[in-house]
Amino acid sequence: MTDFETDYRHAKPGQSGPGVVDYLDLDTKDQTFLDANELVLNMGPQHPSTHGVLRVILKLDGEKVLGTECVIGYLHRGVEKIAENRTYTMFNPYVDRMDYVAAVSNGLGYCEAVEKLINAEVPVRAQYIRVILTELCRIASHQVWLGTHALDIGALTPLFYCFRDREEILRIFEKYCGARLTTHAFRIGGCIYEAYDGFEQDCKKFCDAFLPKLDEYEELLTTNRIWVRRTKGVGILKPEDCIALGVTGPVLRAAGVKWDLRKAQPYEAYKNFDFDIPTGLNGDTYDRYLVRIAEMRQSVRIIRQAVDGLPSGPIMAKVPKVLKPPVGEVYHSIEAPKGELGYFIVSDGSTQPYRVRVRPPSFVNLQALDKMVRGLLVADVVAVIGTLDIVLGEVDR
Amino acid sequence: MAVPEETKEPNPVLPESSAATSANVAPAAASETRPEAKPAESVPAAAAPATGDKPAVAATTPAVAAAEAKPAAAPAAKPATPAAKPAPKPEAPKPEPWESEPVRRLKAQYGSGIKEASIYVGQKYLVVNSSIVYEILVRMNQDYLFDYCVDITAVHYPKREAQFDIVYILYSFKNNERVRIKTQIKDGETLRSACAIWPTANWLEREVFDMFGISFTGHPELKRILLPEDWKGHPLRKDYAILQQDGDWVKANLGIESGQ
Repeated sequence: MTDFETDYRHAKPGQSGPGVVDYLDLDTKDQTFLDANELVLNMGPQHPSTHGVLRVILKLDGEKVLGTECVIGYLHRGVEKIAENRTYTMFNPYVDRMDYVAAVSNGLGYCEAVEKLINAEVPVRAQYIRVILTELCRIASHQVWLGTHALDIGALTPLFYCFRDREEILRIFEKYCGARLTTHAFRIGGCIYEAYDGFEQDCKKFCDAFLPKLDEYEELLTTNRIWVRRTKGVGILKPEDCIALGVTGPVLRAAGVKWDLRKAQPYEAYKNFDFDIPTGLNGDTYDRYLVRIAEMRQSVRIIRQAVDGLPSGPIMAKVPKVLKPPVGEVYHSIEAPKGELGYFIVSDGSTQPYRVRVRPPSFVNLQALDKMVRGLLVADVVAVIGTLDIVLGEVDR
Repeated sequence: MAVPEETKEPNPVLPESSAATSANVAPAAASETRPEAKPAESVPAAAAPATGDKPAVAATTPAVAAAEAKPAAAPAAKPATPAAKPAPKPEAPKPEPWESEPVRRLKAQYGSGIKEASIYVGQKYLVVNSSIVYEILVRMNQDYLFDYCVDITAVHYPKREAQFDIVYILYSFKNNERVRIKTQIKDGETLRSACAIWPTANWLEREVFDMFGISFTGHPELKRILLPEDWKGHPLRKDYAILQQDGDWVKANLGIESGQ
């Protein structure tokens, strides 16, 4: 279960001693300190550390959190309803607007789900290009997470470092498809754009330059005393709680569950690449930080292999201009930067999907917030929201 | 997919009854992976004639080569879409019966309560009676180790008598297996909440309630999740138009005539 290959010292559950963090016992009844009155405090929706328009109603005893309630929906645009009124092709750009810091992943999941429905086989070159861009996108998404998460906790510098380096990825996206954020990079059946001249060199150059920068981030944070104090033992989620709550992605892996859809149910060309699934031990905020940092290193590994092995060939499968998938239902999910991103598509044989259901990782992961922050302090709520890595555009859709 | 019930739908394409499909069973299709030959093997052969060419332009030659290089090991594989010449329209994939030990046991126990057990494009699903769906979910969780409830959602078929499909997507970490449990209910009928089995069902069921107006009994706090609590209407029902909104709510709370 636990093969975290770094030399950072971890506390093991049940151990005690200096510097070792125990699990919080969440099952014991909270005792109100000095019988003080409960205080109900509203946090958000306009709060910088809620990463968008998340409103959390906190029930407090002094600074201790007794319970929370999330109020979401401020960014609800009815994406699933829109899908029913657009053709399969027309709906493709809309999915980029859900998790807008990882738009490429959203598009990949949707295209793959429709391809499964119409039984199209994507050419290998397109698969490789998709993998490269998706992994770049994973790094970019983790960089946004790291920058904002560190900013919430009080470290200002990582934000500038991360956004500076993310710029290189966005530049590659821009050169590839003309857009930086909502890329619409993929089409149903493959990719619409051939890799531009120098795409491989750009990716390689980015990988070479990025690894030392990742070390820089780590220098700033990994052994930083304030960072460790603020994150170690904060917001612990045990593996069984993760599974019961449906939590996926780095949060699940940080709890020690070695599960990644890229390995468990490989899609695209992921089975051709050699990479590890980093896992944590304690399932606390610090481990989630380490897991995501390690994931960025793995993404670099995948990108290098994909760029080296990029085959030639067509980039688009033969798909009809007017898509009319046969009657049927398909669920397909991918490992997005935030967890399992699934699309459940029902086709009635017409040009428009009868129903598109998005299974958003952020929405499901956010449900664990209450469990994670009970018994902690208000300042830790900020840390936990950051570590969950939610994007409200995806929570609310 | 419940074929007979959906015949009232205005679907232009309808699958034949599932009995006709039993000849089409491919044992390899039982896994989650696609039944076709994976493209990895056929690529070197396909890419060879395209050396030096711009890959996008050379689309025809490699695609033909790829179609020929495909091993004949998968008889159930559909004619792949990247066939370069104008091939006859590929036949629509049909659900194949899903036969396995758990399904046999469930069928023996519940009889006609299990309406359908099929595999469609490699994905397994069960259609069960709404009265036993909770029991089936418990069995799935406890006996067959589906410990992760991926998603709960609904589909609205207004012209059908049982208007709603409720879909539970389950996953088993132990067996790396996915299954969908589907049931059909009429408008106004309720289902028992799955929160006691998987706590994650809490928000998922709230969203189904919010978007479709389907109630779940035994849910700890069944209220709207994405829309305001006093909003009228359930947007993902088919009779809710795309531009429709709760005008009174918008006027009262936003102070504007219309959000459009």
